[in-house]
Amino acid sequence: MATTAWTHERLEQLRQTRVWRSIFRRGPARTNRTRSLAVFGNLALHVMPVKVREKSLSVRATYYLGSISFFLFVVLTITGILLMFYYHPAVPDAYRDMKDLIYVVSNGVFLRNLHRLAAQAMVVAVFWHMFHVFYRGGYKPPHEFNWVIGVGLLLVTLFLSYTGYLLPWDQLAFWAITVGTNIISYVPVLGRPIRFLLLGGHIIGQNALLRFYVLHCVVLPLGAVVLIAMHFWRIQKDGGLTVRDDHE
Amino acid sequence: MSEMKSYEVGLSSDALREPQRIVFITRKMSAKVKGDVGPQLMSFPHVILREAIAFQLLTIVLVVLSLFWDAPLEQLANPLLTPNPAKAPWYFLGLQELLHYFPPVLAGVLIPTLVILALVVIPYFDVNIEGEPLWAHRSRPRLQIYSGVFAVLFVFLALYDAWTVLVPTALVGALGLIPYFHPTSNSRLQKFLGSRPLPWWVMTWFIAVALTLTAVGTFFRGPGWSWVWPWR
Repeated sequence: MATTAWTHERLEQLRQTRVWRSIFRRGPARTNRTRSLAVFGNLALHVMPVKVREKSLSVRATYYLGSISFFLFVVLTITGILLMFYYHPAVPDAYRDMKDLIYVVSNGVFLRNLHRLAAQAMVVAVFWHMFHVFYRGGYKPPHEFNWVIGVGLLLVTLFLSYTGYLLPWDQLAFWAITVGTNIISYVPVLGRPIRFLLLGGHIIGQNALLRFYVLHCVVLPLGAVVLIAMHFWRIQKDGGLTVRDDHE
Repeated sequence: MSEMKSYEVGLSSDALREPQRIVFITRKMSAKVKGDVGPQLMSFPHVILREAIAFQLLTIVLVVLSLFWDAPLEQLANPLLTPNPAKAPWYFLGLQELLHYFPPVLAGVLIPTLVILALVVIPYFDVNIEGEPLWAHRSRPRLQIYSGVFAVLFVFLALYDAWTVLVPTALVGALGLIPYFHPTSNSRLQKFLGSRPLPWWVMTWFIAVALTLTAVGTFFRGPGWSWVWPWR
């Protein structure tokens, strides 16, 4: 008990320092006013509502599927950045880097497993989130546009997963992308030009690998961040999560 | 007693010309009433804390799984050596299964585009916003449309031998008929099915077909996209 009191005292002293107050600009979040300020005054948190309905916090209301999708995106960003330190988007260095991850890099196998697993889980989570929102009627006014943003996020998730699929440059990757990009060429008129643009040529080679790498590591994640921010922000602007009356 | 003033009733939407108006609120156009929002909690700390716990649980599960499961890595990519069958990532295998039955423009371009469009326009369809059960009103003509749609679907799917689409379609279609023939049943499942609106049935049909196609494409397709049993 004595140590807890001591810790509290030190923490209180820290809060009184000029540096701490310059960062947080508020007292401890003990009153509703300072708790509101904790959300308002934080760049990351201010997309959230200050208050939420108690009902919308129950596990059965959401299964936290939206949050889980976002958490998986965070895990994928962190593991993805670490993987980028060991990866060259070149033929056949990309494949050698995979072997290095398995046999040379400390915890390289674990890093790759985590990224791959989280990627699969994110596709599942995003689909499940969408179906759950549908069955709960979460798309109904005034949430229409947020549903559309959500469909956009589903597509970004699928493309992120798909572009990442080529990067190991093994047989699995090569032929999966071959099957997928062949479908594009069936689009009337525009099919072949789109495929050429995506692959940077007629075959899946060095150019395709580089383009998929840039899409996977820069373009699509940036798009995802923008859409995720809009998606969260709109929940608040549209009046919070849908709460069903017939529930519970 | 003063005499009653005489009124003329007419339709007008110009507030400047007709400043005094009567508003009739019908059931379908009723003003949106903000119901009781119920008790509220501060996001900080209630939401933040729960999200943090959810994140920790998720991380633990991911880490444990990653320790025991290995990401696949095959031989170096070789454009000259085509595996049989060459499979797309699992979430596109439903599409690949469709490509097996239908012409590429239909299965590879038209159907995915229509699915995405359908998803986007879902919230802009104002029909049946109240969630009225499928067989609640005019059940006779609805049954005719229902059977008509399914008959066309069956013929279309049978023409292309698309059995893996036809089977889940038939199952969901039959499920939808149960509440029509047994409108007053006491079993919990039948009560649940009987209260489902049309959008619920359409989405359930879509999910049933998508899950079946993905599962078949992932586990039951072998060389030349022929049917194989995964346990043999």
